Amino acid sequence: MLLIACPYCGTRPELEFVYGGQAHLARPKDPAAIDAQDWADFLYVRDNTRGAHAERWRHTHGCGRFFNALRDTTTDHFIATYRVGEPPPVFTGGPKAAP
Amino acid sequence: MQRYSALSLLGRALGGHRGWTSQWRRAAPKAAYDAVIVGGGGHGLGAAYHLAGEHRLTNVAVLEKGWIGGGNTGRNTTIIRSNYLFDESAALYDHSLKLWEQLSQALNYNVMFSPRGVMMLAHTVHDVQVIKRHVHANRANGVDNQWLSAQQAKDFCPPLNIGDIRYPVLGAALQRRGGTARHDAVAWGYARAADALGVDIIENCEVSGIRRNGHGAVEAVETTRGVIRTPKIGVAAAGHTSVIMKMAGIRLPLESYPLQALVSEPVKPVLPCVVMSNTVHAYISQSDKGELVIGAGTDAYTSYTQRGGLHISAHALQAVCELFPMFRRLRMLRNWGGIVDVTPDRSPIIAKTAVPGLYVNCGWGTGGFKATPGSAHVFAWTIARDQPHPINAPFTIERFRDGHLIDEAAAAAVAH
Repeated sequence: MLLIACPYCGTRPELEFVYGGQAHLARPKDPAAIDAQDWADFLYVRDNTRGAHAERWRHTHGCGRFFNALRDTTTDHFIATYRVGEPPPVFTGGPKAAP
Repeated sequence: MQRYSALSLLGRALGGHRGWTSQWRRAAPKAAYDAVIVGGGGHGLGAAYHLAGEHRLTNVAVLEKGWIGGGNTGRNTTIIRSNYLFDESAALYDHSLKLWEQLSQALNYNVMFSPRGVMMLAHTVHDVQVIKRHVHANRANGVDNQWLSAQQAKDFCPPLNIGDIRYPVLGAALQRRGGTARHDAVAWGYARAADALGVDIIENCEVSGIRRNGHGAVEAVETTRGVIRTPKIGVAAAGHTSVIMKMAGIRLPLESYPLQALVSEPVKPVLPCVVMSNTVHAYISQSDKGELVIGAGTDAYTSYTQRGGLHISAHALQAVCELFPMFRRLRMLRNWGGIVDVTPDRSPIIAKTAVPGLYVNCGWGTGGFKATPGSAHVFAWTIARDQPHPINAPFTIERFRDGHLIDEAAAAAVAH
């Protein structure tokens, strides 16, 4: 079980959270104006990154708020968690921070 | 290739088992091939076997970054069935099941296919309705599947506890032609048969890039063992498909999740069939060695770690212990994870891509093993002829753009 640091509540077990998929996906402002391929890309296509992955989590059984996290998908190590609206931290793949 | 038979076994046994040769050559990569398969699992090896056998394309290499049978082919719970809801899926998976029935003979390799019956349990009124709908749809497609009452299910599988549990068993669907096979033997059998037809099987060879020519078509693969020129690349890399396809600039509707399985200590034969429950979420069968083979769920988040959260497997064990109280005292010996690539509609992609010469076989999610022979067959056809076989024609990448989803996710309401 992962320990996840909610930026609002602190570190809690994974069971309190719901995974929300890839972060920073902007919904097209006018879906009717884009073609089917672009709409399919927004709906279905994901980076599926092997490495540092920016993703959404929701602290469902806590504050109930969404936040973002940067997690290494090869180790499940959380590099950082940050609030919605903040840019993802720059990660260069250097040594891992202490948990 | 040494043919295997009862006679050859007897002969070698009398000779002290000297003289067995290795099942496939330890090939080194050549400078060029007519086609290269990326991924030495069952789907990739089987595709190479059909390319060489059926399509006479023998100058073929299979590149495997680890060892043969070390990926999802050797990590699944070996369940084989074809009772899918939609016409497209039923055609694909039943094509596969028919090939399973003759696979040991075709490969001259005992894959231990055991059609012992696959039972899917219903625990709620909703389950009953959904499963009965499946049964009727399957029968309309010529796929065997039958509805059993709770008592009939108990008669078919005596250790099953149908009454005294939180979600009592209300009935079940039984596909008698379904069952299990020895998954390692499937990889080894395909590798041996493909090798005998001239295919080079290259282990410890990780693909690091895909080169394209001025027209955008595939030209070569870059690997940890050098550059290999080829006009055709078939990618069958399961959970790592996104990583490989990104090298050719293609993004796919895939997400990779760890899926877990575990086995118990071996016991005498106690479980006569495969039992699956989507509602309490457990899959269980007994291997010929006697271990109970238990399938758990995927983790909630994407990952490439080949392990999973303990609470996921604990949940599956709780469900198993409710359904089979006699298993409560069994100890689990091993658990592990495999990385499964999941599409939004939970149906696979077996198709050409926008890059000429690049083909992909992916998106099998949590249930690719059962499809191995059929998938390999139609994937080889697609690569050799540069057009899909009628069976995999609906399983395109473009279906997500065009809205022609084959929505087995909604049909089953669970990962499967």
